[in-house]
Amino acid sequence: MRRQRAPLAIGVLAAAGAAFIVVPLIGLIVRTPWGDAWRSLSAPETLEALGLSLEASLSATALALVLGVPLAWVYARIDFPGRTVLRALTTLPMVLPPVVGGIALLLAFGRRGLLGAWLDSTFGITLPFTTAGVVMAETFVAMPFLVLTVEAGLRSMDRRYEEAARTLGAGRWTILTRVTLPLIAPSLFAGAVLCWARALGEFGATITFAGNFPGVTQTMPLAVYLLLETNPESSFILSLVLLGISLLVLIGLRDRWLGSA
Amino acid sequence: MSFRSVVTTLALGLALVASACGGGASSAQTSPAPLTGSISVFAAASLTDSFKALGGSFQRAHSGVTVQFNFAGTPTLVTQIEQGAQADVFASADTTNMAKLNTDGLTSGGSQVFAHNQLEIVVAPGNPKGITSLADLARSGVIYITEGPTVPAGKYALQALATAGVKVTPKSLETDVKSVVSKIELGEADAGIVYTTDVKAAGSKVQGLPIPAADNVVATYPIVAVKGTKHADAAAAFIAFVVSPAGQSILGSYGFEHA
Repeated sequence: MRRQRAPLAIGVLAAAGAAFIVVPLIGLIVRTPWGDAWRSLSAPETLEALGLSLEASLSATALALVLGVPLAWVYARIDFPGRTVLRALTTLPMVLPPVVGGIALLLAFGRRGLLGAWLDSTFGITLPFTTAGVVMAETFVAMPFLVLTVEAGLRSMDRRYEEAARTLGAGRWTILTRVTLPLIAPSLFAGAVLCWARALGEFGATITFAGNFPGVTQTMPLAVYLLLETNPESSFILSLVLLGISLLVLIGLRDRWLGSA
Repeated sequence: MSFRSVVTTLALGLALVASACGGGASSAQTSPAPLTGSISVFAAASLTDSFKALGGSFQRAHSGVTVQFNFAGTPTLVTQIEQGAQADVFASADTTNMAKLNTDGLTSGGSQVFAHNQLEIVVAPGNPKGITSLADLARSGVIYITEGPTVPAGKYALQALATAGVKVTPKSLETDVKSVVSKIELGEADAGIVYTTDVKAAGSKVQGLPIPAADNVVATYPIVAVKGTKHADAAAAFIAFVVSPAGQSILGSYGFEHA
């Protein structure tokens, strides 16, 4: 195939578009004081934030798998009235400003919230200012990424395998666990990774709903934001760590996103 | 283009309002050339309500000037100015952050102290947890939140607690006083330490409990023109207005103590 040449205007705009994304990333790398990198990374408050971020984002991903995979299955396989509306509502956190999600969570699960007041009076459970609150905020924002990815996988799989299993006498549970889920494993993996990456980067809903305290609710993005005021160099280094993780996620999903390039 | 015309319309509107109101203030001005332009005032979150009122009065007196505000926690404002935000005036809630900006070489001329403030314990109306002293904040079952230690109010709160000999672990370190007040309003937290003026501004939605003078901290608010401002005259006029008797009386009506 003959290589196509871009018209000049298109080429210039495309270069500007690429530079707009790439230059800030280069800025982060150039301005990072590499000499202090190890000291900043091994500082107790950094390790605390990193540990909390990993704990919370992995818990959020696990919760999203437990609740999100069944939801995706229902969306893909069951036709019920109001499905389109419900599906739109549960997709909303993907496009909703996260801080709005945080306020909504407060009004639902806060101490005086719709369910939170009952949780507090009946079980003495309060969620704001707790690590559980961080996990909830992250799950709220990140789960739709998993649901949509898994649903797409379920819709595009070849259902004749399920039919074949059925004619051979397999029950519904066996078909789900032995046929369906293994067939959509790539979608499950991609959905979980996307969900995890989104949860790891969560800021707005977390600081609004869960607050900010080192070791309990101060995740990496919160630490990065607050360090910018006291110790900018450390915040550059932590930013770079998050950038590196995002890069790894992209490489991990390369077959999905970059494979055709 | 359209933004500029909106600004022009606003300025014209304000000029009309000013003249319709008798123009007492503007005719009293004897400055040779009327001030023009738009100034950005970066002010501590605790100044939100009082500075909006100050800005309104200032614009009525100087119809050619538009005052825009950026309210946030003081250290956030310092970071923004350090990173190149276009600020003309900076009003800090402590002298430490003012000194930091000064050390960075980002202030123009010396700063002036324009107000003082004190701390109060903020609780829900009716004080449901029966808090009466700083020591009560450490009681189990009391959810206490405060501002981060780099936020002036958070630093002052730590000083007050240390003076009173109270050890308490907050549930959250919020980024400014206003978010502490709003979490008390929402009922998520039981108590916090904020300025007297924040309690007053929140009206009946929260209740303030005085902190004894022996433990209390007097907050000092300095104001300065930011280096490199393109509207040095307007910035200087705004600062002069803040420290003038008229400005001080507005600040006083919001609960600030005279400088």
